[in-house]
Amino acid sequence: MEKKNIIEALRKKFPEQIMDISSQFGDEIITFESSALLDIANFLNDKPYEYTMLLDLTCVDYKGEDQRFEMVYHFLSLSLNDRIRLKTRLPEKSPKIDSLTSIWKNANWLEREVYDMFGIHFNGHPYLIRIFMYEGFEGHPLRKDYPLRKQQPRIRLRKLE
Amino acid sequence: MGKLNKTEKLATNGGWITTKFNEVLGWGRKYSLWHYPFITACCGMEYMSAACAHYDFDRFGMGWTRFTPRQADMLLVCGTITHKEAPVLKTVYDQMTEPKWVVAFGACAVSGGIYDNYAVVQGIDRIIPVDVYIPGCPPRPETFFDALIKLQEKVQKEGHDWRWKKRT
Ligand code: SF4
Repeated sequence: MEKKNIIEALRKKFPEQIMDISSQFGDEIITFESSALLDIANFLNDKPYEYTMLLDLTCVDYKGEDQRFEMVYHFLSLSLNDRIRLKTRLPEKSPKIDSLTSIWKNANWLEREVYDMFGIHFNGHPYLIRIFMYEGFEGHPLRKDYPLRKQQPRIRLRKLE
Repeated sequence: MGKLNKTEKLATNGGWITTKFNEVLGWGRKYSLWHYPFITACCGMEYMSAACAHYDFDRFGMGWTRFTPRQADMLLVCGTITHKEAPVLKTVYDQMTEPKWVVAFGACAVSGGIYDNYAVVQGIDRIIPVDVYIPGCPPRPETFFDALIKLQEKVQKEGHDWRWKKRT
């Protein structure tokens, strides 16, 4: 199965939702409408493409842009030995996207991390709470508008002479 | 060797020695520093190399690693301490019995190191009192031994008191 086939099949299957297809560092990048995430992910996960492995899922903050957050997904197909990258933009106000936990179990912690660091909400996530930062931490530290050196200590710090 | 006085002559002849109680106590303590390694990051690797056969800190009488703070005299904080972890470090320190000493091992424990951000405590002396600071990212084992010898000097000279004053 060649890469071209996948690209063409995706184009055919999702003519409206897929906005752009480009290629960088040898991997295809599919830019799509965020509402189509589950459909596209299911399509890639199924035969014949079998992108059965969710390698990583993360987010990028483009502060100042209207569609501020960019979700990035990496999939690996074991049968094709091929990687594919999906990107989609989310708005600044109440960024929301479907959760992939129904298809990939490991999406659980990855999505919690993105929620913790960027404040993206994942619809249908079973346990969406902070994973790195502690209870009582305010804000999302990897957002570009979080002050660089702002710290939120859990215990009273000693005064230094 | 200089001229010996009468007492010293007696001592070197295999008779007896005189000393002060506090000095013996300090001498005993400085060669039996049982340590609790609080290892959180890459500096732990350097701690391990200092501990193992090549560098072997058993030579300094601190070979006995205790994995409970209640039996330890010396807290070795090796690595980055985050705000999430700060209460744990404080609890471990509080559980150690007096007298106790703390060594900040590596740039991260000393000052936060390269991490000046939302997560990392800017030096463990913001949480607990520190006796010796070891710079380096990570410090070489030799640096660690230098610090250890400095700490031993400090322990030797410390005015030992049976009624321990609590330091906070
Ligand atoms: S001082 Fe350097 S080696 Fe040590 S914990 Fe920090 S980053 Fe790691």
